[in-house]
Amino acid sequence: MADTNAVLSVDHLSISFGGLRAVDDLSLSINEGELYGLIGPNGAGKTTAFNLLTGVYKPDEGIIRLCGKDITGKSTIDINRAGIARTFQNIRLFKELSVLDNVKCGLHNRYHYSTFEGILRLPKYRRVEKEMTDEAMRLLKVFDLDSEASCKASQLPYGKQRKLEIARALATNPKLLLLDEPAAGMNPQETKELMETISFIRRDFGLTILLIEHDMKLVSGICERLTVLNFGRVLAEGETKTVLNNPEVITAYLGE
Amino acid sequence: MKNILLKQKENLITYGIVIFAYLILELLIATGSITSLLKGLLVPLCVYVILAISLNLTVGILGQLSLGHAGFMCVGAFSSAFFSKLTVGVINPDWLRFLLALIIGFVFAGIVGFLIGMPVLRLRGDYLAIVTLAFGEIIKNIINVLYIGIDSKGVHFSMKDSLSLNLEETGKVIINGAKGITGTPKNSTFTIGTILILVTLFITLNLIKSRDGRAIMAIRDNEIAAESVGINITKYKLMAFTVSAALAGVGGVLYAHNLNSLMATPKNFGYNMSIMILVFVVLGGIGNIRGSMIAAVILTLLPELLRGLSNFRMLIYSLVLIAMMIINWAPGARIARERFLSRLPFFKKRAELTEGGKENG
Repeated sequence: MADTNAVLSVDHLSISFGGLRAVDDLSLSINEGELYGLIGPNGAGKTTAFNLLTGVYKPDEGIIRLCGKDITGKSTIDINRAGIARTFQNIRLFKELSVLDNVKCGLHNRYHYSTFEGILRLPKYRRVEKEMTDEAMRLLKVFDLDSEASCKASQLPYGKQRKLEIARALATNPKLLLLDEPAAGMNPQETKELMETISFIRRDFGLTILLIEHDMKLVSGICERLTVLNFGRVLAEGETKTVLNNPEVITAYLGE
Repeated sequence: MKNILLKQKENLITYGIVIFAYLILELLIATGSITSLLKGLLVPLCVYVILAISLNLTVGILGQLSLGHAGFMCVGAFSSAFFSKLTVGVINPDWLRFLLALIIGFVFAGIVGFLIGMPVLRLRGDYLAIVTLAFGEIIKNIINVLYIGIDSKGVHFSMKDSLSLNLEETGKVIINGAKGITGTPKNSTFTIGTILILVTLFITLNLIKSRDGRAIMAIRDNEIAAESVGINITKYKLMAFTVSAALAGVGGVLYAHNLNSLMATPKNFGYNMSIMILVFVVLGGIGNIRGSMIAAVILTLLPELLRGLSNFRMLIYSLVLIAMMIINWAPGARIARERFLSRLPFFKKRAELTEGGKENG
């Protein structure tokens, strides 16, 4: 099953909470550079799947491989270091920190100096901090947030907070980016802009993206392949067009 | 970018305020226009300011409620007083001995903070507050029944009474249970206190503005998100808690070397003290280092300044506490205050700078 090209390959992943099988026998494989969609009605287990992939929950069964390496059951921190970054459905920014510092937190594991050097402000502190600021500003520029770098994150309007969360995730230099309903709560104009940004970073950073989305119209616009979940199980998978025309998928979404 | 420059300036202003206050007070002492009562209060004032800054690191920056801060101060006080009493006359000059005592107080309080932090930082909020409260009391009570003596055979240790130490006739008891340590050299001065405040500020403010400080504040704001960008939560929680405890230890060293006899009573190392330090922090602003310093000064001086009111003293004190809280933190009062301050020329510029940041967003 282990596809050599696959950035992420998931085999027969399952988890239960009490009697509820929230994710049941999920398998998928995402190739390098692909924009893959994970869709499904409310409560289908999409976010639970994300939490499994990022180590928030440990799966009962199944294997998760990142670029061929087994990362099943590892901690969130190790999984982030291995190269998976994510955003959250309900935005989770560091609200009291500045926009710049939010991104610098994302750079945390890529730049190092000791606590001692930090407290005494030794030359290494100044040099590394400057490098971090430059790198963070470069990322903020991509998302058109550089002019707000010194604002508190909580002062940003909603759409920009979503963008900042993506910038922070990108700062960890991931191979695979997981976006949990990035367009939730956005108006059509903002959504359009966001989708353009996502396409841009995917090309520019050579990223592979796994995207949860609720809105099928939006997904059909940018995803190449899809997996549809319903009640924790895979309902359909494959090319976006074929999947969206699948009668079972239409039933799951619209009812009988 | 403007705001970042502004922040650096803010730190300099904080150091400036401390130095300015020190110079004014020294001037008042030199001209003899300060009562001896107030003079006796200067070192405790420094102690409280240090404690307020250090607790703000746990409460404001790490975002965890701790009610056991006096316990760490107690560890710093007793470990350093023990060392000083043991080495008085052995290590000369005085300043070297005091410096070593400071390091010992700092390190011991830090170690105890680390050991207590490891299990308790798994808890949060109210639960953490209660467990730290318990640990603070445990520290105080252990020291209350601790007997340590020394003679030619070495160090003797007991938890029963001073007789069971079985000392030789020439031996001396250093920590005598509830009677504590007597005859600690009085090395603390107002100048040393001020220097220690500046050192505490330097460590705290620079830590906050470093990569580690950012990680600590990220954990405060959102643990799940912090973990998702690869920040080691346990490590940074422990780091902040340990540094906070160690700095409280420095406050303890200063406290111990200001007294002839050091005893662990509920008043100085009990939860009353912990709560008082917390009041400084809450009143001055959680996460606002400078504010907590100012609150510590006002609330330490106030009972003394109100002494003339005799019986009404504590009543007025409580009323001032409530009034300060409302003026500082009630939303309506904050808006009114900002509006008033923005009319003054000095504050106008600052208000514009912060406002500029907001408008961009």
